[in-house]
Amino acid sequence: MAQAADALAHLTEISTQIQAAVVFDREGTVLGSIVDDERAGRIAEKALELFRAAEKQGNQELVQLDASLPDGTVFVVRDADRLIAATTGPEPTVGLVFYDLKTCLRGFGEEPSKTKPKPKPRRASAKRTTTPRKKDDAAS
Amino acid sequence: MPRRRVLAVAAAAAGSAAGAVFLRRRATRRRERAELYFADGSLVTLTQGSPEPDQLLAHARDLLAAARG
Repeated sequence: MAQAADALAHLTEISTQIQAAVVFDREGTVLGSIVDDERAGRIAEKALELFRAAEKQGNQELVQLDASLPDGTVFVVRDADRLIAATTGPEPTVGLVFYDLKTCLRGFGEEPSKTKPKPKPRRASAKRTTTPRKKDDAAS
Repeated sequence: MPRRRVLAVAAAAAGSAAGAVFLRRRATRRRERAELYFADGSLVTLTQGSPEPDQLLAHARDLLAAARG
């Protein structure tokens, strides 16, 4: 569950637009959240209802949805058997929020070793080189 | 003088047209809508007014209310 907490902590760190976020499974079991347990349970339940109702609108598999309301926007993103529901204020940057939610959801499924950030390749220290002036340049 | 009057009328007309565009855009933005993204890349946009989107938006309102406690 440590990677779940990490993924959600990272989500709140990178996205200032997200006010509430809950990760849950297809049965509505909460796997992690950035709100208290009671609220997380309610959000998961309502998000699942919304997702199931939305699934009926198309013949294909639903992968994500957003609903804009005057006082806020709700998002639900699915990745295999896991879903994440989030809310923001009105008029968020929709693409950015979807990206952050998908990243968070993927973080949930990863092994702890995979979530460890790879060490950045070290840059070779910059060497200052001087090009010898051409004689012509020096003369002018 | 008539030229000035014509300019004033034109400015008033342009102002009211810009205002109308602004209000219309704001109203569109404020309209409730849901966007559904499917696995094949298709997108369905539902706006309020017909029964199914209204039901979907009701679920969304419930979710937002639950999140706000």
